[in-house]
Amino acid sequence: MTVDMTASLHGLIGGVLIGLSATWLMITLGRIAGISGILGTLITARPKGDSGWRLAFLLGLVSGPALVILAGGGLGNVAGQAGAVIGAPAGGVATMLVAGLLVGVGTGIGSGCTSGHGVCGLARLSPRSMAATLVFLAVAIVTVFVVRHVIGGDA
Amino acid sequence: MRSVMAYIAGLLFGLGLAISGMTDPARVLGFLDVAGDWDPTLMFVLGGAVVTNFVGYRLAMRRPNPLFASAFQLPTRRDLDGRLLGGAALFGVGWGLSGYCPGPAFASVSGITLPLAAMLAAMIVGWFIARRV
Repeated sequence: MTVDMTASLHGLIGGVLIGLSATWLMITLGRIAGISGILGTLITARPKGDSGWRLAFLLGLVSGPALVILAGGGLGNVAGQAGAVIGAPAGGVATMLVAGLLVGVGTGIGSGCTSGHGVCGLARLSPRSMAATLVFLAVAIVTVFVVRHVIGGDA
Repeated sequence: MRSVMAYIAGLLFGLGLAISGMTDPARVLGFLDVAGDWDPTLMFVLGGAVVTNFVGYRLAMRRPNPLFASAFQLPTRRDLDGRLLGGAALFGVGWGLSGYCPGPAFASVSGITLPLAAMLAAMIVGWFIARRV
């Protein structure tokens, strides 16, 4: 384990911004800041009269990292590349196709992801979100263990 | 005005993901790899976000309604069922394989790569499938 104080501080500051985003969306529009719900519903259902704010939110979501890149100044927090903003994918196209399908189906039938269940649901003390967060965290930890230490065989 | 408010929320979220390093799958996988060289960054991100939002939601809910909408739209279900837990488990496998959850994956499009494009396309297919099962 490496405790990198700068990386941790970046994490905390970024986390507070994410929390403020969720609070802002609730106090202004009364909506949960869950990305799989906002994006998934926009694409699969295109709800009339309920799509504009989703599009605007997603535009903001993409422009955040883009602005950090444009601003320069090394505000990002990519592991091993101080200041870089967007890290490289952890696998090739085949792995990402499988992973993407699982993330889509899973967050679709499970009604949320790290933001909706994690950031928003935990803050509401929702029992469904607490259970979902425990399950996806535990399963992801086991998956990484199998991939890296059972199949991959390192350490 | 609703779009401006939503844009600001998305912008804050995107800035948070970029500054925290969650747009780097290696950071996420480093946190999930508890048996390896563990990276605690995600713990600070989630902790900072949940604590801030816990306080923020309580302040927001003191109002009878949101500033630019007629009512707060909150999930009301409290029961646990197979779809919730099974869905969370499937999501956990995909998250562990890629280090991408939907927010960081979508927020990273300004640094798009072929594997990320594949991830996003498959995710969208997955959402369509989820509506049919």
